[in-house]
Amino acid sequence: MLARPALNNTPLAPPVSALSPAASPSTAAESDAKKRTGQPAPPAISPVIHPRWLRVTHWLNALAVVVMVMSGWRIYNAAPFFDFTFPNGITLGGWLGGALQWHFAGMWLLFANGLLYLALNVATGRLWRKFLPVSPGGVARDLLAALRGRLSHADPRRYNHVQRLAYLFVMADIAVLILSGLVLWKSVQFDLLRDLMGGYEAARRVHFFAMALLAGFVAVHLAMVALVPRSLLTMIRGK
Amino acid sequence: MTEKRRLLPGLDAPAILREAGKLLDKRVEQPSRRAFLRRGLTLGGLAMLSGCSLSDDESVEQALSAVSRFNDRVQGWIFDPAKLAPTYPESMITRPFPFNAFYGIDDVPQVDEASFRLEVTGMVADKRRWRLDELRAMAQVDQVTRHICVEGWSAIGKWGGVPFSAFLKRVGADLSAKYVGFKCADDYYTSIDMPTALHPQTILALTYDGRTLPPEYGFPMKLRMPTKLGYKNPKHIQAIFVTNTYPGGYWEDQGYNWFGGS
Repeated sequence: MLARPALNNTPLAPPVSALSPAASPSTAAESDAKKRTGQPAPPAISPVIHPRWLRVTHWLNALAVVVMVMSGWRIYNAAPFFDFTFPNGITLGGWLGGALQWHFAGMWLLFANGLLYLALNVATGRLWRKFLPVSPGGVARDLLAALRGRLSHADPRRYNHVQRLAYLFVMADIAVLILSGLVLWKSVQFDLLRDLMGGYEAARRVHFFAMALLAGFVAVHLAMVALVPRSLLTMIRGK
Repeated sequence: MTEKRRLLPGLDAPAILREAGKLLDKRVEQPSRRAFLRRGLTLGGLAMLSGCSLSDDESVEQALSAVSRFNDRVQGWIFDPAKLAPTYPESMITRPFPFNAFYGIDDVPQVDEASFRLEVTGMVADKRRWRLDELRAMAQVDQVTRHICVEGWSAIGKWGGVPFSAFLKRVGADLSAKYVGFKCADDYYTSIDMPTALHPQTILALTYDGRTLPPEYGFPMKLRMPTKLGYKNPKHIQAIFVTNTYPGGYWEDQGYNWFGGS
């Protein structure tokens, strides 16, 4: 889902050892750890960039997002609060009732798979290793380098700061989508969440804008994949 | 709720598949490999060609219905009988409160009060029919709550009437039954779970905004539940029955989620 190396390591980024202040609990899976401990690289270093669980959760998430967004557009069309509706041809479900069925089935996949993704990211320490630290300076530097076409793709194992920010952002955005969705689904039962969103009607807007941001992420994400096609292969084959 | 059922897909998917299958057969010699590719064609190719075809597929519909029934159970489990829907000051009432039904406002049924009798059947001790006056003579409550439509929009209104739990107890309903069903003068029908029927904010509404419930809002009575979506709140109720046999509903039978709770 969140972790596809579209643009890869920048030579300007700090060395690997500086990337993992969070005590990297379980680093055995990644060869980075071995480099860090100064051991001579054994010949059996795994060439795997994305472990299997990550690829599986990524593609399941992609499927869930497509289902949720397309059926969500159809639901929005039933009572649009802006001056536009989505063309029915790019929606899922055929009618409001069908779209709702897709949406309330897809939500389980999005939720369960997202939870699994986060749990494995935390349990393996990958979250800290791959996405932190991320600094405004680092983001600005890598963004500038990317725009000038000077961002190196030498090491697909490491995310540059723009990627880190983008992937952390989309994790948070999906969390907001799930939480605001819970309010729309069960506004009486999840009353604290409802108040946090500013009420039922406000939650509809939160849900919509979070969807728009997710769609924006997907557009950029796909553009980056088109620029660095190898990243698509690594997300399929793992290396 | 006025949404029309199902649009036909623009593509003739079976014809496209047949065509693609013929092409495959010519090029792939091994029968097993051919079968594999053909299967991939129906699953992936169909999904790519037209999302409509995928959602019209019968097995997909069955799977989605099964998830919807699962969601009924989850919602029953999440439902907290003591949790109240928010109430609002009268100044926040939506004016005019939107009319909404599966037909236009000109087709609203006109029920004659003099001859009207509410039918109560099923697992109840007292099956006597009720005149409106008798319901009005019971203790009344009112509420200013948010009506949330399945379409997404919401509006705040004020309903008054008899707490439904008091009515069910008065007729000696079996409160351990699973469902309470409703039949309406506009041929609408729906059903709810017993815990929601007994919720303190579930009322048999006889008034809207302090006046006798007008025809467009469901005269002679509407079941008002701020814990459920609009289509679960039946108007023009003529008959109430308590049962353990799943009664379904007008929209629910077409695919709307049965629990429909918020």
